[in-house]
Amino acid sequence: MTRSIQTLGWIAVTLALTFAFGWIALNRGETINALWIVVAAVCVALLAYRFYSLFIARTVLQLDPRRATPAVRYNDGLDYVPTNKYVLFGHHFAAIAGAGPLVGPVLAAQLGYLPGTLWILVGVVFAGAVQDFIVLFISMRRDGRSLGDMIRSEMGQVAGVIAMFGVLLIMIILLAVLALVVVKALAHSPWGSFTVFATIPIAMLMGVYTRYLRPGRIGEMSVIGFIALIAAIYFGQIVSENPTAAEMFTFSGETLALTIIGYGFVASVLPVWLLLAPRDYLSTFLKIGTILGLALGILFVMPDLQMPAVSRFVDGTGPVFSGALFPFLFITIACGAVSGFHSLIASGTTPKMVENEDQARLIGYGSMLMESFVAIMALIAACVLEPGLYFAMNSPASLIGTTPEQAAQVISSWGFVITPDMLTQTAADVGEGTILSRAGGAPTLAVGMAHILSGAIGGKAMMAFWYHFAILFEALFILTTVDAGTRVCRFMIQDLLGTFVPVMKRTDSWMANVVATALAVTAWGYFLYQGVVDPLGGINTLWPLFGISNQMLAAIALILCTVVLFKMKRQRYAWVTMVPTAWLLICTLTAGWQKLFHPNPAIGFLSHAGKFSDALAAGTILAPAKTVEEMNRIIFNDYVDAVLCGLFIAVVLSMVVYGILAIRKALANPNVTTREVGGDEGARQAARLASRGARHA
Amino acid sequence: MHEAALHEFKAIFSRLKQTGRLMVGVPCYDTYVAHRLANHPDEPVMTYEEFFRDRQDTRYGVKGGGMNRCC
Repeated sequence: MTRSIQTLGWIAVTLALTFAFGWIALNRGETINALWIVVAAVCVALLAYRFYSLFIARTVLQLDPRRATPAVRYNDGLDYVPTNKYVLFGHHFAAIAGAGPLVGPVLAAQLGYLPGTLWILVGVVFAGAVQDFIVLFISMRRDGRSLGDMIRSEMGQVAGVIAMFGVLLIMIILLAVLALVVVKALAHSPWGSFTVFATIPIAMLMGVYTRYLRPGRIGEMSVIGFIALIAAIYFGQIVSENPTAAEMFTFSGETLALTIIGYGFVASVLPVWLLLAPRDYLSTFLKIGTILGLALGILFVMPDLQMPAVSRFVDGTGPVFSGALFPFLFITIACGAVSGFHSLIASGTTPKMVENEDQARLIGYGSMLMESFVAIMALIAACVLEPGLYFAMNSPASLIGTTPEQAAQVISSWGFVITPDMLTQTAADVGEGTILSRAGGAPTLAVGMAHILSGAIGGKAMMAFWYHFAILFEALFILTTVDAGTRVCRFMIQDLLGTFVPVMKRTDSWMANVVATALAVTAWGYFLYQGVVDPLGGINTLWPLFGISNQMLAAIALILCTVVLFKMKRQRYAWVTMVPTAWLLICTLTAGWQKLFHPNPAIGFLSHAGKFSDALAAGTILAPAKTVEEMNRIIFNDYVDAVLCGLFIAVVLSMVVYGILAIRKALANPNVTTREVGGDEGARQAARLASRGARHA
Repeated sequence: MHEAALHEFKAIFSRLKQTGRLMVGVPCYDTYVAHRLANHPDEPVMTYEEFFRDRQDTRYGVKGGGMNRCC
């Protein structure tokens, strides 16, 4: 009886999915409601979780509920703690959800809503969630060791070092591109700048509060901090309306970039309790709250999508990022569909807290499905905007000019009708001087969120508040990531340099810390500044590099998973990881190759450098450069980007070679060669603990 | 009936609180104390303040070198 009810339920879910997609397909050319996308996404997630993740859990990985997890074997009440699966789900989700899934889909909206939606749904089911789940599993069977450690022990020392070098490069590009998102959002915006700057003293006060006044009272602190943040938004408006104060808080992109670079250095050498920790608490809770709020807003307001299903820019001529749908859609939306960064999280603290192997499915696969909803919501927020407005916000000034009149004329000529009045009015609605060329995703998302949330609470009068709330929320957690990421980079640099200069390895040496921090900040600061002065808006150049690197890390993690499956003698099922690996390799290598060698200067770094070199040889100056030095700088930056892109390709190709070598070795050996820990002995120990627990009870 | 519902509500609330705290890297203090008392009865137990600082240093310390957040 219950079985047949369940079957009926799954048939209903499948029908709902078919209907949602049918509706989307049949109403092409008309506006459709965002709810259809949500229904389709939820049904895909339910079906994937119920059937595909169960297949991976039972047949491929053969999760063993009687096997003791690291949390049980090393239980210390601190790092290794058996934790309720829903609590751990929340912890893991909070760790993987960030700015990535919010920015990528907004940029990809230039292709229309359909390509992004389909890639997010297919990608998460067959690549992203699979990666997170299997990495969590293999780390759980190895005492919760990190990705780098596992690559070293399963694929060899050299492979481990190469992978860690790759991670360092990814970190540098990640920090640069995230900082650039903040710069783009705050440039020439006194309201936004004031609010975000105010978070520093607020966080410091909260730091002192949790350290000395009321130690460890996170809840109280967060409530007080939240009220202070809302007050900062309120005062931001007053500042922006007062000409003298507004001028004090109006900054150019260059100034903001240098400020963030300085901030990154100072923040990452301060004690963690003063700034990093309290800011992290505030941004984590704000992030979860905002995601929930946005979800409720979409369900409640049920906005219509204004963007066409597929725009004319699938041919690669789009203003937001250059390059055709294949391969650039698949690297633009990284987080949300598949994110290599998650492999670092899934082999971090989470595997040390899983209570029972069985639960890895919910925590690994389930959290990633949840993250795909975040990406879908970001896509919706961008697509509910008038397309003309979307393109005005996301196209570089070199294309659309700097006045509403010019922008409206250019964008209307693309076929997206918009009037100068609409652009000025939207800017006024959200309390900004201009909204033109605010690339980077955050401002677009903020306008979209303001559009949705003001439909639920406050109407038009609250629109400016919601806009700055969204900007604050993104800037807050990006700056937290910049701080924490700089510390991680510093550690990696110290580790790397320590091999040559032993004194650099000492993390207690003040000198070594400062030198390594300066190196880390210089590295990402270089790319940040380059992005700010980039005539194409920076995001155009840096986001593809970030996407390529993130997807390559995913490919590396999936190669590790494949090697482990072969070593476990489960090669029959290795297609589960090999298919997504192959797809990621195809996309990233094609994209990497095109970024290097594409004849179109808007796409290929080398042809861009060639164009400027030729002009220089002919004695002409190309815009935006005004002097010969600027021309030379642009050419130099192109070569730096090209080298970085080449390094990513080299790293991933060498990992493919090491992966194949490891698989051949595993196939040649008739025995299981995987290096797991905590098998039978662990099970006996767990049984003892369980019986002792039962006696206590 | 009323009592049972209240109990249920309290349990859910405490789970949510625990989730929120673990999201920022602070596991359950009561679990820690229970663990120390059960397994290491002769050794000292950290006070809540010490426990909190220890967790804070672990989450953000450079020793682990791990990235505990995503992009």
